[in-house]
Formats: sequence, C-alpha cells, structure tokens
Amino acid sequence: MDNIANSYFLLAAILFCVGLYGALSKRNAVIVLLSVELMLNAVNLNLIAFAKYGPVPSITGQIFSLFTITVAAAEAAIGIAILIALYRNKGTTDVLEMNAMKK
Amino acid sequence: MEFTHYAWLIPVFPLLAFLVLTALGRQMKGIATGFSILAAAAAFIMAVLVFTERLGENVVDYTWDGFKWIGIGDFAIQMGYEVNNLNTLMLVIVTLVSLLVNVYSLGYMKDDERINTFFAYVSLFTFSMLGLVLSINLVQFFIFWELVGVCSFLLVGFWYTKPAARAAAKKAFIVTRIGDVGLFIGMLLLFWNMPGNSLEFSAIHNAAHTGALSANVITAAAILVFIGAVGKSGQFPLHTWLPDAMEGPTPISALIHAATMVAAGVYLVARTFPLFEESQAALTTVAIVGGFTAIFAATIALAQNDIKRILAYSTVSQLGYMMLAMGIGTMSSYTAGMFHLYTHAFFKALLFLGAGSVIHAVNEQDIRKMGGLGSKMKITMITFAIGTLALSGIVPFAGFWSKDAILTEAYHNVPVLFWVALVAAFFTALYMARLFFLVFTGKPRSDMHPHESPAVMTLPLLVLAVLAIIAGFVYFPGNAWFGEWLLGESPGEHADMTVMILSTVAGVGGLLIGWLLYGRRTFTEDWVEARALPAYQLLNRKYYIDELYDNGVVKPLRGIGYLLDWFDRYIVDGAVKVLSGVMTGTGRIGLRMQNGQLQAYGLIGVVGLLILIVAVVGRRYFHVG
Repeated sequence: MDNIANSYFLLAAILFCVGLYGALSKRNAVIVLLSVELMLNAVNLNLIAFAKYGPVPSITGQIFSLFTITVAAAEAAIGIAILIALYRNKGTTDVLEMNAMKK
Repeated sequence: MEFTHYAWLIPVFPLLAFLVLTALGRQMKGIATGFSILAAAAAFIMAVLVFTERLGENVVDYTWDGFKWIGIGDFAIQMGYEVNNLNTLMLVIVTLVSLLVNVYSLGYMKDDERINTFFAYVSLFTFSMLGLVLSINLVQFFIFWELVGVCSFLLVGFWYTKPAARAAAKKAFIVTRIGDVGLFIGMLLLFWNMPGNSLEFSAIHNAAHTGALSANVITAAAILVFIGAVGKSGQFPLHTWLPDAMEGPTPISALIHAATMVAAGVYLVARTFPLFEESQAALTTVAIVGGFTAIFAATIALAQNDIKRILAYSTVSQLGYMMLAMGIGTMSSYTAGMFHLYTHAFFKALLFLGAGSVIHAVNEQDIRKMGGLGSKMKITMITFAIGTLALSGIVPFAGFWSKDAILTEAYHNVPVLFWVALVAAFFTALYMARLFFLVFTGKPRSDMHPHESPAVMTLPLLVLAVLAIIAGFVYFPGNAWFGEWLLGESPGEHADMTVMILSTVAGVGGLLIGWLLYGRRTFTEDWVEARALPAYQLLNRKYYIDELYDNGVVKPLRGIGYLLDWFDRYIVDGAVKVLSGVMTGTGRIGLRMQNGQLQAYGLIGVVGLLILIVAVVGRRYFHVG
C-alpha cells in the first residue's frame, strides 16, 4: 500500500473518531444521529480505500459500500421517525432524559 | 404363664406413660400424674411377677434377640432383652424405687406448674433404666446408658430458671460424657477383637472364659469399661458432678442419684464381670478406685452443710464400697457388691426422701440453720433414723449385712483395703450422726415453722424404712440364699466374727462421737469448724478438686476457646468479609453503570474495545505469550 491509501485511512479514522465523539457526548438526539452517519461514512471510505488500494483489490468493497449507504439511509429514516415520536411524547430531544431502559 | 417371656413389658409401661404425658399432658391436668404412677405400679408388679417366677427351682436365663437393628453384610446388631437373676434383681429395685418416688413426688412437686413434665421425665428415666438393665448387648446397653444420662440432665436442670441448676445439669452431662468416651472406646476394642465382632454380653462372657481374647485386650477393655462406670457411678476422679446434681428436685436425687442411675455403673461392671475376673490389673484398679472413693467421699461428707450434699457424698462413698467389692474379684465379693447395691438403694432412697420431706417442711437446706425438727416431724425423724442406722451399718439393719459382706471379703483378700473401708465406715457413721442430730435434735437455730409432710410423702418413707430394716435378711451369716440365687451356686463363707465386731465398733463409735459432738451440745457453732479449721476447710472445700478442675482443665480449655473464637471472628470471618466486600463493591460499580444512558453504555463499549485493541496490539509489540 502507498501513501495515498494511508491518507484515506487517516481521514476515515479521523471521521470515525469525530463521529464517535459526537455520538457519545452530544446531548441533542439529532446531532447524535448525524454523528452515527459520520461513522458510517468513515466505514464506507475505508471499504472503498481497501477495494482500490488494498492487498487484494476487488469490486466487492465498492458494492458493499453502496449497500451500506442504502442501509444508512433507511436507518436515518427510522431514527428520525423514532425521534419525532419520542419528541411528541416527551417534548424533548435531550438524550439524557431518554433513560427509559433504567426503569 | 411364663412371665419371664413378657419381661419386655416392664420398660414399655413407663415408656407409654412418657409418650402419653408428653403428648397429652396439658389436656389431662389432674390425671396425668396418676397415669405415670399407674405405669410405674404396673412395671413394678410385672417385675415382682418375673422375680417370683425366678425364685423357683431350675429356672433358666431367657434371651430374646429377634429384633435386627443393624445389618451390614454378615454382621448384625440385634436388639432384645435378657432375663437373668442379676437383672431381675435390678428390675425389682428400679421399679420399686421408681414407684415410691412417683408417689412421693405427688406431694413434693404438688405446687410446681410443670409437674406433668416432671412425671414425663421420671417415666422416661424409668424406661431408660429398665431398658439398660434388660439389654442383651453393649450397643443396646450404650443407647440406654446415654438415654439415662439425658434424663439425668433434664431432671437435674428441671428448675432451669436457677443458674446453679443449669450449671449442674451441664456438669452432670459433660463429666459423665468423659466416662462414656472410655466405655465407647472399650466397646470398639471389644468389637475389633471379639470372635465374630459380637458384642453380646453372653458372648463376652464366653470369650473371657475360653481365652478367645488376649490378656492385654481383656485388661484394656475392662479398664475402659470401668472408666464408663467411674463416670456414671461418680467414682473419683469423675465424682464432682454427683454432689452438684443435687440442684435437681429431691425425689430425683433419690431416684437417680442414689438408687438407680448411679448404680448403673456398678451394674455395668457386674454385667461384664467375666472380663474383670480374667484381668488382675483391672480388678486392682477397680478395687483401689473404689476403696479410695469410699474414704475420700466419706471425709468430704463430714464437713458439708447442705443436707442433700452430705447424702450425695455418702452415695459416692457407698458406690465406692460397691466398686471395692467388685474389684476384689471373687464370686462372693461380687455377690457382696450387688447385695450392697440392693440394700443401699432402699436406705439411700429413704434418706433422700426423708431429706426431701425436711426441705419441703422448712424450705431450707443448710443443716446449720435447722435443729429440733424431730418433735414436729415424727414420722420423718423415725424413718430417717432407720436410714441413718442402716447406712451406718448397725445391727440388724440392712446396711450392716451388706457392708459387712464387703468388709469380710476385703478382710480375707485385701487387708489394706479392709482398713480403709473400715475407717470409711467410721466416718460414715460420724457424718450421718452429725446430720441427724443437727437436723432433728436440739433447738431450732433459725425461725422456721416445720410441719409433717402429707401422707403421700410419708407413705413411701414408711415402706422404705421397713425395707431398710428387713432387706438385709436375705443374706447374712447362716443364710446364703441371696448369693446362691444370684450366682446359681454357693458363694461360700461370707461372714467373719472379727469383721463383724470391728465394723460394729466403727459404726457405733462413729454414731457415739457424732452424738457427743453434735447431739449433746445445744450451741450452734460447729465444734469441728472451731477446733480444726485447716482440716475442716480442706474438707469443706472438697479437697479443692472442683477448683483444681476449674483451673487445670476448664480455664485452659476456655482460654483455647477464646483464642479460637478470636481466630474465627477476625481471621476466618475477616477473609470472608474481605471477599464479600470486594464482590459487593464490584456490584455497586456495576449498578452505577446501569444508568439507562445509551451514551454511557456506548462509552463503556468503546473503552472495552480500546482495551481489547491495546491488548492485542500490545501483545504483538511486547511478545508476551
């Protein structure tokens, strides 16, 4: 692998970490969902980078990333739907108040 | 009708009474006691029937061992009952004394609210003692032996609200337990060495005579069995429990600690007598322990002030006589020992019940505070006087003949022990005179209002008084009936004029000196106490044996106990507590993590993943494993 691949990986890692940080620390549920998208995209970037520059380049990684994008879209739709339902019930989007699992 | 074949009924009657009283005692308030007395009477009648049947010509011993208790492969422990002349004698003694004590208790325990429990215990005790007497083998014997111990514990501690009674009950149980360990080891030894592992008494008899056991085994087994008897019969050095057991109700002192249970030790020696016969060492041990106990306890009794304690030490001393007789080891001394057991049961029960009558009247046990009771309690005084004369060995009361039989045997076989026993007989007369004169004559030394006891209490006294007079006539010079009946052969000459004169001198001398010291004088202080203080103190404190045991055994054991307690509390428990603390702490951290915040769970997941990555990658870098 060469330096081009390394920079892709680096970018993906940074993106993943930013997404992870956002998902774990932000209090607004919408931002958390956005952060999750960020992490998924970091993964996509990784997949494509490996598909192109990896030790065994193949088209599989790119196809897989397409799948991921599709699933991520569905996930975002469902996530927003749940958020809206929650907002209607509780009147908040603060994740700290979404602790129903504790009870 | 063969009553002998129905001898098993004798212990069953009191057992029934015990079961009924335990189950229904509360419901049958008034008649419960009557039920117990009825059972005792039935047992007594049955025992007398068996006894009369055995008086006939050509009676054979009857054994029934049809109940298989434990079977392991070819080995089996049977249970059953055996009727021979020795235990027929015991049956009559036990049932008679038990019956009289039952009747007596009706008066003595009248105001006790646990009177039903009391009668239940007495019935259970009678059952155990009769079962013990009828046992066919050592295992069955041991079960009843322990049962008797339990009853003793229950009855000594009957007034368990008194701390002294509780302590005495525990002491009685623990001290006899020391002896029981000896007996149990003796049983194991016999079990290993007997042909066919048999523990039947008859088999032991045969093995001892035919030489199936080696001499060493016989000696060891006999001495171990004797240790059991020492515990039960209150022989030195395990005698300390018996005087303390006087904390129990007085009828119990008469029943258990004078007439029956303590005689179980002597009976055990008699039952396994063939073992002792074959071992001179064991016989010598028995004789020396018996002789020493006889004089040792008699001297202590000289300086006691509690009416029951004096009698208790007297019991210890008389049991010493019986052991001494057993230890001489001839058939005629064996007879003499059993004879003394039989007469002693009557006059000692009489003395205890008389003491109970006194205690009942004045509510006091200290003889220094009594005095002059004779004028108010005529029947008690006369019967007590008869008991005193019998115990002191005055012609023609029962005690004279039996004590004389023992003394004669000692005189002919072990002269040293004869002199010891003679001195003990002198002391016996002396302390009985002291007891009698301090209680019944002179002027009252404290404010008390004595009254004669009710008829239910005086009637047993009268019956026992008659027996204390006539019981000795079955075996005296010129009449060897008792010995012939017990042994099935003539025991040989058992009287000696020299001995008779010497023992009469000792008995009369003791009584006379007692009268001079305590009867003639009217002042209250104890003459002996004033003149011979150090010796008196030594006797009064019972040679400091209790203190010796307390400092030598009890306190060190308690010290070890405290140490182990500390170890358990702080080391063992400490380790457990640390472990449980770690677990609780971990649990608490886990609990705090379960806060329902998705982000917190995510964070923990990430941290875990990081640790995993660091571990995997780090391993590659540092080449661990």
